[in-house]
Amino acid sequence: MTAKVAAELDKAYPGCVVLKGATIRVRPGTVHALVGENGAGKSTLVKILAGIVPSDRGTLAIDGASVPLGPWNRIAARAAGVGIVQQHGASAPTLSVVENAMLGVEGGAMLAFDAPAEALAKLGKQVGLPIDPRARAEDLPLGAAQRAEIVAALYHGAKVLILDEPTAVLTPVEVEGLLATLKRLASEGTTIIIVTHKLDEVRTVADDVTVLRAGETVATFSTVDAPLDTAAIARAMVGADLPAPTKVPAPGADAKIALELSGLKLGELQAASLSIRAGEIVGIAGIDGNGQRELALAIAGLERAEGTVKIGGRDVSRASPAARLAAGLAHIPEDRHHGGLILVASIAENLALGRADLTGRFRIDRARVAANAAAQIEQLDIRPPNPNALVEALSGGNQQKVVVGRELSRPRLVAVVASQPTRGVDLGAVARIHEQLRAAATGGAGVLVISADLDELLALCHRVVVILRGRLVGERTTRADLGALMTGAT
Amino acid sequence: MIAWLRPGANLRREFEAAAIAVLVAIAIGSVLMLVVGKSPAHVWSQMLRHVFSEPYWFGYMLYRATALALTGLAVAIALDAGMFNIGAEGQLTAGVVACAVIGTALPEATPAIVAVPVCLLGAALAGGIVGGIIGVLRVARGAHEVITSIMLNAIVAGMALYLGNVALFQGGTTTGKTIVSGAQLPLLGLSGSSANATLVITILVVALVWWLRSRTTWGMAWLAVGRDPAAARSVGIDVGRVRILAMVGSGALAGLAAVNFVMGHKHAFEEGLGRGTGLLGISVALLGRSHPIGIAVAALLLGFLSAGGLSVAQEVPKELTEMLQGVVVLAVACAGPWVRGKPNPVKGAA
Repeated sequence: MTAKVAAELDKAYPGCVVLKGATIRVRPGTVHALVGENGAGKSTLVKILAGIVPSDRGTLAIDGASVPLGPWNRIAARAAGVGIVQQHGASAPTLSVVENAMLGVEGGAMLAFDAPAEALAKLGKQVGLPIDPRARAEDLPLGAAQRAEIVAALYHGAKVLILDEPTAVLTPVEVEGLLATLKRLASEGTTIIIVTHKLDEVRTVADDVTVLRAGETVATFSTVDAPLDTAAIARAMVGADLPAPTKVPAPGADAKIALELSGLKLGELQAASLSIRAGEIVGIAGIDGNGQRELALAIAGLERAEGTVKIGGRDVSRASPAARLAAGLAHIPEDRHHGGLILVASIAENLALGRADLTGRFRIDRARVAANAAAQIEQLDIRPPNPNALVEALSGGNQQKVVVGRELSRPRLVAVVASQPTRGVDLGAVARIHEQLRAAATGGAGVLVISADLDELLALCHRVVVILRGRLVGERTTRADLGALMTGAT
Repeated sequence: MIAWLRPGANLRREFEAAAIAVLVAIAIGSVLMLVVGKSPAHVWSQMLRHVFSEPYWFGYMLYRATALALTGLAVAIALDAGMFNIGAEGQLTAGVVACAVIGTALPEATPAIVAVPVCLLGAALAGGIVGGIIGVLRVARGAHEVITSIMLNAIVAGMALYLGNVALFQGGTTTGKTIVSGAQLPLLGLSGSSANATLVITILVVALVWWLRSRTTWGMAWLAVGRDPAAARSVGIDVGRVRILAMVGSGALAGLAAVNFVMGHKHAFEEGLGRGTGLLGISVALLGRSHPIGIAVAALLLGFLSAGGLSVAQEVPKELTEMLQGVVVLAVACAGPWVRGKPNPVKGAA
């Protein structure tokens, strides 16, 4: 059968080869998953297919007809029926859905949006993605904004629809809906390429799988032969077996309270009370924006909150962030680029930031800082293994390892607050980071993990509490129950 | 680049930026000389010959560079902490007044071992207070330091002149009383030039700032706050305190530059003493890329332009060499982003 899309591509950025003859072959009317770790080249590959990024050399064929790559750009791709929904969306926030859809293809000096708006709404209804073409992009929830981009791509005649990590921003319920829609679109003849590194999604939706590692296609899987073997896919992605996670034994009822929150109030957060025992890992599940950010800030003392925070029995409700850290707190902030790391400083410097126990009180103990960096790089497998490399040059997963390494290697850890510890991080790094969080609990710290990723929480935590509209509304033990409670269904 | 562990790969880029700026300034300066009908080769060689073969002009370069290095350091440590202190001018003036007032108030027989440290501290303290005000206004009230430091420049200049008129100026002149002999620093004896022992103090201060910046937790904190205040805060650094202290230190260094003029050269308060040195400190800090060693070099370079320009004043209008200093600053401001804008050689893409 002729492939809908077949490509073999090379791409290098200065000093960094991203794609080395990476191949992909997509059968028409299928959902094709492109998987791989961060930095494997997935996004670059689909951006080349969609004409956003030029390739260095290679071949591309659509419907068996070879396409010259030199003039291949967004307009040519659109004309050939290739549409893309990008990772973080590509809508101008102050424009409406229809204005975004027509951006660059207005066709003439006079703007006329009525006809396209009607057509978009109709098409949306037809494919099961209802949208309001007149809504401003910035007013839409992430899920709705994404729907609008998908419909816009179809409106422009996309026969090949590329989605770059579409589920990263969605709630569990929205993810299910999206995956079902993709399957239906494929059955109706649209060819779908979905970039992801979540294997459960691959299992749910994909007909074929291409695995990229370090810019090369290392394996392909297809449901034509046999059901997908996700373990084999994971092995291909990582290039090795993942270490089997070891469960931390739950602490006894006599274990001391490591972190105690009562009546914590801050902005969205309404009177949160929770206590975590030494050696216990507690998860906070919730959809972004329900008060989890405020919860972490209140515990770390970065915003002044009402209520009390006790670390290891000591009341630190009025203490500065520094005093809380000194009392045995470690805080992994939710966004490593805003508060976690100094991007223009090196790995070694970031690992020692604010760590008076390493640097010394006044004169910096440079030998100790260097030794610490070497040890952390080794233990967390931070790449490149160069303590002087600037953190801004690292992949997201390696940046996160630096934050985790700095925070969890604090001496005398009593309590850990980890906000979204593995967001945007690849499988290998997730395994390392989970290992570190478990080690902290084994070492006697009470660990609070705030995450939107239910699989992560269920794999890691002794119990999972749901946060909804600023309140801790209850504990659940299964994915389905958690998902339901998170969305306020029960 | 944070420098407290290792200077790192960015050092080369910083050097490139400074070198490009200087080359551009030389090129533009040469064009300006052609415009006024002089041969650039002749003028440049005359400047070099005068400054490096005649002790007087060499001394003049050191005299100018001494104060510029201090105001340059002042601007740089504020920049390191993420603040643009363009108030070094006012802080310097405060230092001049304090230094002269204390120097004249001391008993005539005060020995140098007492008089010199007291006057140094007075100058630094006065500058530090003015800088501290800017820091406090920024931290407590969120008032932008560029606005407040411009305003304080005007206020301090006005106050200095008022003080001069009502109390300090001697009988119809714009000069105050002479400071006690114990507070007068010796000249370096470069054939009558004003180069004085403040140079030695400045070298020690440059070394001290270098050490603090690159080898201590203070430097780590102030650089961290400048690079990313949110990250600094989350690791427990008190961002507000660091900002205020950095501004106090910045003001103190600018105030210290008064020593060069009052204790080293004029030995009295004078209207307009040291004027322009604080503003030129901004150029020095930018050209030196905020690094103490870079600042020392930049101060010498601007000192050279100033001395060289004066030494050829008969042939080339003085205004031309003053323009040159402006050209250097413009070139630095443009070269920085240009060098930074180059693609990062190791940054990959997913």
